[in-house]
Amino acid sequence: MTQNEKKIDEFTGTETTGHEWDGITELDTPMPRWWLIVFYVCIIWSVGYWFWYPTWPTFSGDGERGGTVGSAQWTQYKQLEEAQAEIKALRAEYESRFEAASFKGVQSDPTLYAFALAGGKSAFGDNCATCHGTGGAGASGYPNLNDDDWLWGGTVDDIYQTVSYGIRSPHDETRFSEMPAFADILSDSEISDLAGFVAAKAAGVDMPDIGATLYADNCAVCHADNAGGDKTLGAPNLVDAIWFYGGTQGEIEAQIKKPKHGMMPAWQDRLSENTLRQLAIYVHSLGGGE
Amino acid sequence: MLKHHAKIEKNSVLLLIFTVIVISIGGIVEILPLFRKETTIEPVQGVRPYTPLELAGQNVYIREGCYNCHSQQIRALRDEVERYGHYSLAAESMYDHPFQWGSKRTGPDLARVGGKYSDDWHVQHMSNPQALVPESIMPSYPHLTTRVADLDGIADDLKALRAVGVPYSDDMISNAARDAYAQATQDSDYLDGLLERYGDKVNARNFDSQNHTSEMDALIAYLQVLGTMAELKDYKPAPARGGNQ
Repeated sequence: MTQNEKKIDEFTGTETTGHEWDGITELDTPMPRWWLIVFYVCIIWSVGYWFWYPTWPTFSGDGERGGTVGSAQWTQYKQLEEAQAEIKALRAEYESRFEAASFKGVQSDPTLYAFALAGGKSAFGDNCATCHGTGGAGASGYPNLNDDDWLWGGTVDDIYQTVSYGIRSPHDETRFSEMPAFADILSDSEISDLAGFVAAKAAGVDMPDIGATLYADNCAVCHADNAGGDKTLGAPNLVDAIWFYGGTQGEIEAQIKKPKHGMMPAWQDRLSENTLRQLAIYVHSLGGGE
Repeated sequence: MLKHHAKIEKNSVLLLIFTVIVISIGGIVEILPLFRKETTIEPVQGVRPYTPLELAGQNVYIREGCYNCHSQQIRALRDEVERYGHYSLAAESMYDHPFQWGSKRTGPDLARVGGKYSDDWHVQHMSNPQALVPESIMPSYPHLTTRVADLDGIADDLKALRAVGVPYSDDMISNAARDAYAQATQDSDYLDGLLERYGDKVNARNFDSQNHTSEMDALIAYLQVLGTMAELKDYKPAPARGGNQ
């Protein structure tokens, strides 16, 4: 090995490594200059990075819970705050007016109303659509929000109350009602008569028989004499042909015997006050708002 | 300088020494922070070890591969915080073995799914997701309602977790199976013991409305507690120079 003598390949003019096998030598082509420059700049850059950002773990723990701080004082939480400040600034123009306005005030101001609907729609998509459907059409056990049949009232204030505190949720202020299980109170034949009466009444036929007496004694106190329901108790209207858990004889009987009780979570601790109000206005706008 | 490389190549002892030095640097960079792991866990109140039933639920969650599509990690990024709520803290997964963070989301993040939906919704959704969310591509898991949860041996899981640092007490381990059944029962006689050991905030009810304690009960108990333990209202992130303040 002739380490210290430069050997130049006569055809390419490039230095060789000095290795030779059967007369074949290896070219020692240098890295392109631009590549080397980028390489060295990266190394220098990384040194700056060490001082600029939190990089090194230390035993004294000074930075974001241990490690060097970095002269930029960067933390991911600060970065988040800055990013949030951007959208807060964009919303601020509407938000201060929105907060000051009543529901009526928002609804009568086209700009604020559009702001509320946009925010409400976005929050609805992530939080409400999973149960009530993307368009609010509901499913069995999950109320349709497009119609004008409301269990707990359909004014913006009622909706706001429901969204904030939920129904049978763990929240202290939740809306709550519980229909008794009549399997323990009435006989099977009585329940069958009662279900028949309710189904017929929903179809517009009044059957003045034993079913009517049973209804008056057991059901009317909550669902009202005319079976129109009572929104203060969350007792559904039974004569509007809109059924929460199904309207066949069998489904009505099942609900009388051992009622299903749906639960809606309280959103107060999860969503901001403004979002709750936007949601109330949005849901009210879906078609059935009172 | 490059010419001296030949010396290293020809001297195996020298090559060995330099190789060890280079590898050590990589090793130190990875290992050293682990000695300071406790400083990365935020001082936040409320996080407790999972109850035995929740733990059985986590076992189901892992067995069914839920983590393949769902992460449990809300990053400190604007869009994630807007959608899912407060970003996840290390303290919230300090008792998870293995942790359920992730970077792939085919389904939504579940770090704060606790309390977001009703128990009935979870039962229906797990049995047939498309019945509630037509556009969903989640597979259905109806077998969870029929399979009985494996709770009699759950004490062994607690023991194993204690071995890796989860603070389960002897009391918790000896009562594990009883606590598990108590949590899945409406108004159980053993409820007081469960609440005494794990706190008053524990969700104890018949999650799937069936008479037997199914894997669905366990899984829903687990999902309903996710993200609800830490008292985030009192939590303020440490300032840049705040490690010891």
